[in-house]
Amino acid sequence: MSRNVVIVGAGPAGLAAAAAALRAGARVTLLDAAESPGGQYHRMLPEAFAAERPGRLHHGWAAFDRARRHVLGHPRCTWLAETSVWSLERRDPGDARPPRVHLVHGPDGAGRDRSVLDPDALVLATGAHDRVLPFPGWDLPGVFTAGAAQALAKGERLAVGDEVLVAGSGPFLLPVAASLLEAGSRVRGVLEANPAATVLRGWGARPRELASQPGKAAELAGYTALLARHRVPYRTGRAVIAARGDGRVEEAVTARLRADWSVVPGTERAVPVDAVCVTHGFSPQLELPLAAGCALRDGPEDGTAFVDVDDDQRTTAPGVHAAGEITGVAGAPAARAEGLLAGWLAGGGSPDAPELRAVRRRRDQGRAFARRLAAAHPVGDGWKSWLTPRTVVCRCEETTYGALCRAADDPAGGSDRAVRLGTRAGLGPCQARICGPAVAALLGGRVTRTATPHHRPVAQPIRLGELARPPKEGTP
Amino acid sequence: MRVVVLGAGIVGAACARELARAGLAVTVLDRGGPAAATTAHGEGNVLVSDKGPGPELELARMSRRLWEEALAEAAGRSDADRVEWDPKGGIVVATTDAGARGLEEFAAGQRAAGVTVETLDAPGLAAAEPQVTRDFALAVHYPEDAQVQPVGAAAFLLGDALRAGAGLRTGVEVLGAVTRGGRITAVRTSAGTVEGDVFVNAAGPWSGAVAERLGAPVDVRPRRGEVLVTTPQPPTVFHKVYDADYVGAVGSGAEELQASAVVESTRAGTILLGSSRRRVGFDDRIRPEVLSVIAGKALRLFPRLAGVPVMRAYGGFRPYVPDHLPVIGPDPRLPGLWHATGHEGAGIGLSVGTGRVLADLLLGREPEIDAGPFRVDRPAVLFEGDDQ
Ligand SMILES: Cc1cc2nc3c(=O)[nH]c(=O)nc-3n(C[C@H](O)[C@H](O)[C@H](O)COP(=O)(O)OP(=O)(O)OC[C@H]3O[C@@H](n4cnc5c(N)ncnc54)[C@H](O)[C@@H]3O)c2cc1C
Ligand SMILES: Cc1cc2nc3c(=O)[nH]c(=O)nc-3n(C[C@H](O)[C@H](O)[C@H](O)COP(=O)(O)OP(=O)(O)OC[C@H]3O[C@@H](n4cnc5c(N)ncnc54)[C@H](O)[C@@H]3O)c2cc1C
Repeated sequence: MSRNVVIVGAGPAGLAAAAAALRAGARVTLLDAAESPGGQYHRMLPEAFAAERPGRLHHGWAAFDRARRHVLGHPRCTWLAETSVWSLERRDPGDARPPRVHLVHGPDGAGRDRSVLDPDALVLATGAHDRVLPFPGWDLPGVFTAGAAQALAKGERLAVGDEVLVAGSGPFLLPVAASLLEAGSRVRGVLEANPAATVLRGWGARPRELASQPGKAAELAGYTALLARHRVPYRTGRAVIAARGDGRVEEAVTARLRADWSVVPGTERAVPVDAVCVTHGFSPQLELPLAAGCALRDGPEDGTAFVDVDDDQRTTAPGVHAAGEITGVAGAPAARAEGLLAGWLAGGGSPDAPELRAVRRRRDQGRAFARRLAAAHPVGDGWKSWLTPRTVVCRCEETTYGALCRAADDPAGGSDRAVRLGTRAGLGPCQARICGPAVAALLGGRVTRTATPHHRPVAQPIRLGELARPPKEGTP
Repeated sequence: MRVVVLGAGIVGAACARELARAGLAVTVLDRGGPAAATTAHGEGNVLVSDKGPGPELELARMSRRLWEEALAEAAGRSDADRVEWDPKGGIVVATTDAGARGLEEFAAGQRAAGVTVETLDAPGLAAAEPQVTRDFALAVHYPEDAQVQPVGAAAFLLGDALRAGAGLRTGVEVLGAVTRGGRITAVRTSAGTVEGDVFVNAAGPWSGAVAERLGAPVDVRPRRGEVLVTTPQPPTVFHKVYDADYVGAVGSGAEELQASAVVESTRAGTILLGSSRRRVGFDDRIRPEVLSVIAGKALRLFPRLAGVPVMRAYGGFRPYVPDHLPVIGPDPRLPGLWHATGHEGAGIGLSVGTGRVLADLLLGREPEIDAGPFRVDRPAVLFEGDDQ
């Protein structure tokens, strides 16, 4: 009997996992909350490259399209679109099966049906979303996460503003600037918070090593050329440390930063803009791994973490593999390599299969790339000094930095859990997905740590009426 | 007299407050942080409505009065505001005829014991709770029921204790007892030995384990409960509204899943939907089928909430004794050891009364209510009780 593999997330990692599990002979259920497969990456791809690099687009897209057709059309594959895992139910201790997978299907608002799957193996490939640190004014209309700005530019052909600054850290700043240009914005600058020395040292002083990630170097070179053509300055060691305006962004305050991201006094400058796009790396989507009982490993900064996996992409939870950005941030090619390995092994393929050697090599290159990326674009602790007592830290509940400090310094408060419940930071609709790592970093060392910010036993919102109905056993 | 309180949940905080304000030298120890365990995983109902005539009702009524006194004394202080005291009143709704008969009898007993009880007719219920089901057999209003935010409430009590000179040590786990001449003179902890004249076991559902480590075991067990939290809503639920089954569930010890609807809104706009009762040891897995049952029960009371999204679920372990009464008093087997525990699903409300009774007994004052029913040397506490 062939094994039953459930794969959560149909981004680059999940799709590759599905292809490999099918190849290993397994029956596969691939599901994603989105309407179509592709994840963060391919959702953007067709338009993202259209203007500037039609050739590359064609190439990347064609490969993706082939993979997608092969997987979705396979007789042993069940593809469930618009299907969310809202809960993973761990087995009794000693039972080595992976958790039961609880699903809701269909478009939100329509009274979705529930079902529950009992896989022989589970692959988690739930990806990451872009991370934003708080700063004064980041809650003003006109401040966007870079990902949201890009989605608007690409998906809806909507420019977030006429005069825009793109700021934060990481190579992702470049594609965002590119898509804003394409949507007709004037990009006043791209600001990388880390000084050039950090960036160069992180990339191993040999930026050409990027070439170990096929296509990455060419991709970056393409963006750089595009920015040059539009005369968009790319500055290192500078950041947007505040946004100001009456009811919406009217100007951004930029400043030179030291290596630890503290502000060099006297270098603040006000830049008139009507939009700011910020990104500070990616936050992995960790609620399902946590619910499955997977151990995490701490990320480089306070409050960040990734799923801990071994050489075979196995997590510490029995029967559960993890692949893609939940294990480390290294871009789509690395996510695909991890997915192939995870899917093959979850599907019962031999760990000694000769074709795995190349896959493992690519995966290892991806991990090395992730390490370089993290070293080249760290988040400096100095961002905390940008905040004022009135800076909102949790946007859902409008918790200010001052309120957080008061609660943390209350001798009768004392634990991160008590501070969160007392200030409501992270308790709003986004359930700490946006502010969780920042709040954890701000509280780090000040209070007893008793909780992780990634704990969300209800992984996706579910309506009371949906929850009250019993689930169907097996695929819907 | 040096008192060491073991546990910085709301019960330990309330005991520390009373003892420190009475002038004793108090130290509170907790292996985690204050108010981070059971106290952060429940709801904040301060109820008289769910308690039939008897010692728990007396403790509840005394506690309710003490909450108001403590908050009046602290009026205007920001920590008092964070208690989120809301005397909103409770409404109990029976949806079946059998439920109505039970509720009617229960309410009559409470009325005789002095609880304010008002029966609501259909227009009265609709006026009080416009969204509640119209399909009901009996509805009873308890104006004395109130609500707090448990963590804010615990921080308020502990803050008062610290202001009165108490000390707090977190990250300190109690491991065992040092005895001399049959008396406990110190506790061994993960951070060295802590000496004292009196030790108060306020370790919530872990009180049984702590007592065991100290050499005087008590039968306090965990009873799992889960709560659902919706996204913030416009004002929808105005009282704490619960179904009449709740009364039965509180008093029962059955093994299998029980759930009864308790629906209330919080200052933040979320609606809390509780709660389940299960005996599963310290198994903290959130079970979808349990959440499903809670949702179903809540919808029987508020059918119009069917479209409201649940964004979070959490759970905790109610500390219970097989006879469902708290344990407050000295342990006759080990002089110097006291217990303040076993409050099951009512420890938030009952904390302040518990602190007062414990302090009275410790200082040789006559407690305002009869503390006999809460004594340690009763069969249920010393493992001789029927587990019903
Ligand atoms: C805006 C943006 C632009 C990017 N641009 C580039 C680029 O130019 N070049 C590059 O190399 N990389 C880029 N990246 C990074 C790239 O997208 C990722 O490396 C890659 O997508 C990671 O793949 P993944 O499969 O791990 O996760 P994802 O692609 O994020 O896929 C995860 C999937 O899991 C699904 N999911 C999550 N939770 C649940 C749940 N509970 N139930 C059901 N489904 C769930 C999500 O809907 C999602 O489709 C970009 C990322 C973003 C956000
Ligand atoms: C779902 C649910 C709903 C509830 N709803 C309500 C309600 O509406 N109203 C109400 O009044 N009550 C309610 N309760 C009950 C209430 O939460 C508890 O009765 C109360 O919190 C118990 O407080 P405590 O201080 O005894 O225990 P805890 O808050 O658990 O405190 C005990 C402390 O002891 C510490 N500790 C344990 N072992 C050791 C050791 N070895 N060394 C050092 N420290 C140790 C722990 O770290 C902990 O901080 C509910 C409970 C649950 C689970």
